[in-house]
Formats: sequence, structure tokens, C-alpha cells
Amino acid sequence: MFRLQARTSTPAWFNLTLPLVAIAATLILCSGLIAIAGAGVIEAYGVMLSASLGDSYAITETLVRAAPMIFTGLAVAIAFRAKFWNIGAEGQLLAGAVASCFVGAIPMPGYLAMLLMALVGAAAGALVALVPATLRVKFKVDDVVSSLLLNSVIYYALMALIEGPWKDTFSGYPISPPIEDSANFPVLIEGTRLHLGVVVALIAAPLCWFLIARTTLGFRIRVTGENPEAARYGGINVQRVLLSTALLSGALAGLAGVGEVGGVHFQVMSDISPGYGYSGIVVAMLARLNPLGVVPAAIFLAAVMTGAEAMSRATGVPAFLSDVIQGTALLAMLVALLFTAYRIRRVGAQP
Amino acid sequence: MSAVFEQIFQVGFLAAIIRIATPLAFATLGEMFSERAGVLNLGIEGIMLLSAMAGFTAASLSGSLWLGVLMAVLVGALMGALHALFTVALGLSQHVCGIGVTLFCSGLAYFLYRLIFGQQSVPPSIDGFKTVPIPLLSDIPILGPAVFNQFTLVYLAIFAIPLAAFVLYRTPWGLSVRMVGENPRAADSAGVSVIATRFQAVILGGALMGLAGAFLTMAQFNAFTFGVVSGRGWVAIALVVFGRWDPWRSAGAALLFAFVDALQLRMQASGLGHIPYEAFLMLPFIFTIVAMAFMSRNAVAPSALLKPFRREER
Repeated sequence: MFRLQARTSTPAWFNLTLPLVAIAATLILCSGLIAIAGAGVIEAYGVMLSASLGDSYAITETLVRAAPMIFTGLAVAIAFRAKFWNIGAEGQLLAGAVASCFVGAIPMPGYLAMLLMALVGAAAGALVALVPATLRVKFKVDDVVSSLLLNSVIYYALMALIEGPWKDTFSGYPISPPIEDSANFPVLIEGTRLHLGVVVALIAAPLCWFLIARTTLGFRIRVTGENPEAARYGGINVQRVLLSTALLSGALAGLAGVGEVGGVHFQVMSDISPGYGYSGIVVAMLARLNPLGVVPAAIFLAAVMTGAEAMSRATGVPAFLSDVIQGTALLAMLVALLFTAYRIRRVGAQP
Repeated sequence: MSAVFEQIFQVGFLAAIIRIATPLAFATLGEMFSERAGVLNLGIEGIMLLSAMAGFTAASLSGSLWLGVLMAVLVGALMGALHALFTVALGLSQHVCGIGVTLFCSGLAYFLYRLIFGQQSVPPSIDGFKTVPIPLLSDIPILGPAVFNQFTLVYLAIFAIPLAAFVLYRTPWGLSVRMVGENPRAADSAGVSVIATRFQAVILGGALMGLAGAFLTMAQFNAFTFGVVSGRGWVAIALVVFGRWDPWRSAGAALLFAFVDALQLRMQASGLGHIPYEAFLMLPFIFTIVAMAFMSRNAVAPSALLKPFRREER
């Protein structure tokens, strides 16, 4: 017989090993689907790897894809730290995209436009996140459900915009007008799509780590999440912390949308986000809610997404494999996390 | 005002409400059973999608719609068991596991659908269920053709509501479900297996979510598209809160939502000037959020909801 036994402390090397174990388990489990699709497992994963990380161009493409997931991953990690269950990063991202697209279409000097896009996009995301937080604090509405429902509201609002006032009257396509050329984020390496927003995302991660680990607000967020009763007893205004967390989390998710508009698409369309908001949850969990871990976790998921498309072209295995990998990775990570709290002990013969 | 009144009491409008409410009623009852036992199932959106796909595929390949329904129910139950494995047996976070199950099921549904049907410009469709008029009852004016000239699955949903209430309030198993959802420690002392009862409730809930998915692809749309569920699962979770974890009230909440949704569809069809139809699609979701704000303050969730049970921990 085996039993779970509570652990008193967690070895430090677990932080790095657990996500790797979860990812390995995920890839092994999902290889079954590759086999069902009639392709070679080694070949398919080989194509995924070389197309996502095999050469310098592929690496820049993966980084471009990782940027929005770094932002949504940070948004979720910070929210979950306070146990504010923000599942609405998708809607907050879309709000940030729409708002920054409005600003980017106004003619003004380039750097001013980019700065305003970021500010307005972050504000839009923050406002959207404030809704479920306020509903929870004031009306006791479950934040998971309200933030999920809000995703649908924002998505249909975006669709109504691009099918209505924004619709391209010339081509009839449901896309917004493009932002000004001067507002396009500068490309950092000629011949690639590596834009300024990617660097901002990479800088945002250590900033968020500093905020969580070293500032008063970060301390309040952690205490509120770990023990709201103790937080209240210690004089922390828990409701206020939840609202601040929501603003911060929503702003980060909004920035994910800003980066997609300013650095990748230069306009808004219906599929501007292939679920980056939901991927943010996977990223945050793989990172064990540590902002520094968000970067490698986001790069992993981005590599899977970029690689899956190439794999699909080369082997015919549907690219939706990347969606299965995301879901499996999240579940595998949760199971792996059990080992931080418990160890498996043999019980039996001895009394 | 009278024009609005006439609209509401049109047969077609009433029939539309019943049809929209049916998958929501199944899904809401399914989520309710799960939550009454203390397990929030956020996997509902993905479970509905995967069941909808599995049912459609089985029906399309075998030519038998009922085989499709059976397949959808089995897949729903299986995914319910998966969620129970993580949340009940292993005691992992119900929030995050639910999202994981939804991501996994949605990804699997897309993957398998693309593998089986390939990429087609027009999505394949099936000859779905036909309406079956009930003799005599369908002759009642207005109500008859709206309620008693429907798909068999609609009758099943209408029948499922009193049945769910009976099972939950009048059977020993229903009592066990309520006990493990309210006070698992006491249930355990009384000799009720908390783990087994929760597993059963979440699996039953998954099967009902499977029925909801089956209705979408085999009666309502007769095809599988990636947006076939489009938030209905999340709505069902809200309806459980709105219906205060009671089968009758939850079904009522589903009807109310269906009314708003049908109204919204009418507004789309009436072509209110140049407003894109997506603007109307927002309305039922906004309505649900506002309704939750009014209802949640007094809502009393099962006490042990979200709390894993480990016997050795006191």
C-alpha cells in the first residue's frame, strides 16, 4: 500500500524539476495522439523543436509569440497569488487591443503614440478586471464565473465593432482600420518580427517579481492570498488589496493586447488572440505563480504553438495538438505540485 | 406594449425558448449535482464541447442518432470521472483543474474532429432529430405546438427536472450527496463514503453535460463547429448560483436565460437598423452577470464546495 504523507518542507530543487517532469509527462501522453494520427512521434516532435527553436529566426518567432503569454501569465500569477481568480485575462487582452487600436489610429509622433497605446491599453484591461473584483467585494459574486462571462461580453463587443463601425467598407472584411505606421513598434532585428514589445515583456517579468517579493503591496497580496483572516487581523484591508490586484492583473493582460496590435497585427481582427488569456493560466501554473518562472513557461508554450503549425504542415497531424498539450500540461503540473505538499510513503507490513 | 406582448406569445417564440433552454437545463442540472456534492466543475464548457463532437461523430459515422447520444453521455461521464480523479481522489484545486479539463477537452475535440473530418470548406452536417408531436397535448392552443411538438431530448429534459429533484431530495443517494456537500466529516462518521459519493455525483453531472452537448450537435445545429458551445457551459455555472443549487429553481433560471436569449435573437432578426448582430449576443451574458450580482449576496452555496476531503486530516 502507498499513502500520501504530508511534507513539512519542500526541497529547493523541486521548483525547477517539477515543471520539467510535468512537461515530460505531457509530451509522453500526447505522443499517443501523434501515433493515432499516423505520424512518427520522434519525427513530429523533432519538427516541432527545429521549427520553434532550431535557428535564430525560429527563436525570434517563438519569442514574438511568447510575449503576450508572458503578460497574461504575469497577470494570472499575480491575481492567483492573492487568490483573486481572474480567468478573464482573455477579455482583458481583447479590451487592451481594442483600446490601443483606437489610440494608434490617431496621427501623432510615433513614441508618443506607443506610450499612449500602452497606457490606454493597460487602463482598458484594468477596468475590465475591476468588474469581477468589484462584484466579488461588493456583491459576493464568484469571480471565476463573472470573469469567464465577461470574456464573452468583450469578445462580442469586439466582433460588433469590427462587423459594424470598424468594418472595412472597401474589402468588406471584418477588420479594424490599421494603426498609423509611425505607431508600429520598432523591429529590433532586421528581417524578423522581433519588436519592442517583446523586450518590454521580458523586462516586465523581473519587475513583477520585485513587486511581489520586495514591496509592501506585494507582501499584502501574498498574505491576502495565503491567509485572508490573518491579513485582516494584521490590519490589511483585504478588499482594497483585491481591487489593487485586479487593476494590476488587468493592466498586464491589457498590455498583452497592446503588443499584439502595436507589434504584430497593427489592427484588430476576430482572431487576434488564439486564447492567450487562457494560456496565461497554464503559464502561471507551470511557473508556480513565480513571475520569473513565467518567462521560460511562456517560451515553452510559444514553442509548442509555433512548432505545432510546422509539424502539421510536415506530418499532417492537426496543429490543435498544441491545445491538447496546453491542457495536459496544466493538469500534469497540478499533479506534480502534489509532491510539494506530500510524499508517497509505503505503508503496510509494519504496524 | 401590446406588440411586444403578441411577440412573446407567438408559438415560434415560445418554442425557441424551450429549445434554447433544453441544453442549458441538462448542463445546469449536471453542474448542480456536482456542486451539491461539493465539487465545482469548471470543466463543463470543455466537457460539453467534447461530448458534442463525440456524439456528432458517432451519429455521422454510424447513422444512428441515439448511438450518438449514448456516445456523448459516455464521453461526458468519462470526463466527469477525470475531473473527479483530480479534485476528489487527489484533492487538487477545483478551480484550476476545471480550467485544465476544459482546455484539455476543447483541444481534444478540435484535434479529433480535424483528424476525422479533415479541413472542409462547408462543415459536414447530419440529419438531426425531428420533432415528435405528442398526441392530444400538442393540440392545446399556443402551448401545445410550442412545448409538445418538440424533440424527444426536450421531453427528456422536462422529465429530468422532477426526476433530479426526486433523486436529490427523496432518495438515500440524494441524501448522501447533500451530506458530503454540506458536512463531509459527519457523512463519513455516518458511514457514507465521501470519495465514492462525490465521484458518482460528478460522473452523473458529466453525463448530463454530455446530453447538453448531444442536443447542440444533433438537434439544434446538426453540425459541429468550434463555437458550438460558445460560453453555454459558463452560463450554466452562473445559473446554478442563480437557481440556488435547487433543481426546480435552476431549471427556472435556464428558462429565464433562454427567454433573454430568444428575445435577443428576435432583435437580431428584426434587423434593428445597422446594428451588427454580435451586439445582441452580448445581452444574455450581461444579463447573467447582473442577475448574479442581485442573487449572490443571499445565495448559500453547499458548505463544503471547493473543499477537498482527506480522511486522515483533521
